[in-house]
Amino acid sequence: MRQGKYPFIVGFLAVPVILYAVFVIGPYAQAFYIAMTNWRGITANPQFIGFENFTRLFEDEVFWQAVRHHGLLLLALPILVIAIALFFSFMLNVAGGSKGGTMTGVKGSAFYKVVFFFPQLLAVALVAVLFQSIYRPDQNGVLNGFLALVGIEPVGWLTNPNLALWSIIGVMVWQAVGFYVVLFSAGMSSIPRDVYEAAALDGAGRFRLFFSITLPLLWDTLQVAWVYLGIAAFDAFAIVQVLSVDRGGPDGSTTVLPLEIWRNAFTYSKFGYASAMGVALFFLTLTFAVLTLRVTRRERIEF
Amino acid sequence: MTSIPEPLPGARRAGVPADARRRREFSVFSGLSHVALAIWALMVIVPILWTFLSSFKTNTEIFGDPLTMPADYSFAAFGRAWDKAHIGTYMINSVIVVFFSTAGTMLFGSMAAYVLARYKFFGNRFIYFAFVSGMAFPVFLALVPLFFVVKNLGLLGTHTGVILVYIAYSLPFTIFFLAAFFKTLPTSVAEAAFIDGCSHTRTFFSIMVPMAKPGLISITIFNVLGQWNQYLLPIVLLPGNVEDKWLLTQGIANISTSAGYQADWASLFAALTMAILPVLIIYIIFQRQIQAGLTAGAVK
Repeated sequence: MRQGKYPFIVGFLAVPVILYAVFVIGPYAQAFYIAMTNWRGITANPQFIGFENFTRLFEDEVFWQAVRHHGLLLLALPILVIAIALFFSFMLNVAGGSKGGTMTGVKGSAFYKVVFFFPQLLAVALVAVLFQSIYRPDQNGVLNGFLALVGIEPVGWLTNPNLALWSIIGVMVWQAVGFYVVLFSAGMSSIPRDVYEAAALDGAGRFRLFFSITLPLLWDTLQVAWVYLGIAAFDAFAIVQVLSVDRGGPDGSTTVLPLEIWRNAFTYSKFGYASAMGVALFFLTLTFAVLTLRVTRRERIEF
Repeated sequence: MTSIPEPLPGARRAGVPADARRRREFSVFSGLSHVALAIWALMVIVPILWTFLSSFKTNTEIFGDPLTMPADYSFAAFGRAWDKAHIGTYMINSVIVVFFSTAGTMLFGSMAAYVLARYKFFGNRFIYFAFVSGMAFPVFLALVPLFFVVKNLGLLGTHTGVILVYIAYSLPFTIFFLAAFFKTLPTSVAEAAFIDGCSHTRTFFSIMVPMAKPGLISITIFNVLGQWNQYLLPIVLLPGNVEDKWLLTQGIANISTSAGYQADWASLFAALTMAILPVLIIYIIFQRQIQAGLTAGAVK
């Protein structure tokens, strides 16, 4: 017997749509309303207070501190990761020259690609635990142990407020680079080798090949990378929550919005205020995504 | 077709001196870049290797010179981590949760993606965009209401709650990816099946799913890793009063944040080792598929 088309469609869509409506759409919709209430605690009756949470938010020094940290992350993370990953993936895919008709990387490329990618597979929470020992402030931390070999005094990687956020950015870069090396490698290998050969015949060196061929033809992939890393810059929850001193410290010098949302909601039970921060985070992310897509839009190069 | 016999794409037409100079520049550059590659490889390997080695050290050794090797290799810390620090429980919990949540994500995600990709009906575009737009929202926006939805359903502190939430939040990307994949499959095979009297459901499970296997494998790897590595949702949905339900990431993070100088550090490193090693082994075996699976979304 052939069943009807509509019962089939409904049968296939019912469970996913219900799950999605209950756990995703419902909460997102409610968040905008909760952001306008003074809901605190589980039993208290929430009252509608309009934009009061937002007025308070804009006067909250911690909020602005977190926003500034996102600003720094938004600049440093994509620039560092993309620059390092581009350099490595060029070395691993093109710089070895043309052998047997294809562009190849330097010796050991396959090994490097495998090693570089591995941190990407580890849970951020585990990476954070691991780096607690690497960054330990006394001379017994791994990093300080290496510095001691060349006679440098122990550095308070996570305890110095001016350095702590950079130490955390370092871990994020450490974890992300391998993924983008693989991503850019995929993009580079789809560039036809004729293009490189033509340029090489005309006398282009490796630097010229990189800036005049690889980079422009990789533009779409770079754009994707920038958006991904930007979104990562608005998260950073797990790494800061586990790795930093006092969860966002010292003195809030590493705090980020997701951490403050979580803290306000589940430590202080300020559900309304936490949701207002969530709304602010949403609009920041949205602005970033729209701006990136507009600013980086270019004519697509077909090949 | 042109091909260049020489290994370096150096300048053929340039005069000899220029050529030599460029070659020298190249070899300096090439030497430096080899050093850079090797340094980065060490930066990845050393911290992980150091963690493995530290699980064999005593507390005194751990708080001593970080660059020494453990004095003797006993697996005692692994046993302590597995039992006393409950890593065994956390790991089994994580396996159970990720098994059911990935299976659910793949089943419901592929069903929805198939219908949305291949059938015309009223509301199709609306449902599709509702799912796909879920990728644009930060999960932190939904955090407070999500907590109360799960609580009001009586699912707070249960694995069922975590599994359902994982499935729901994995659907947007899974459907986005698989719908695009189902669209590329040829229609003729499904039509032939219909003519032979095959039902819609049977066509999906016996014909379309096998045809979509490469896409399904990529997205399964993506979901397994994403859900295995989750940290935020477990700490919100499995709070402190249900410690026996905790998942691996949250369990290990908790050991490290609550551990003082008196704590059993070797067993913390043993716990980390036990969490990292399976991932490393699976990665070495399936590296190609894993790299393809994780970058699949970005390449599209």
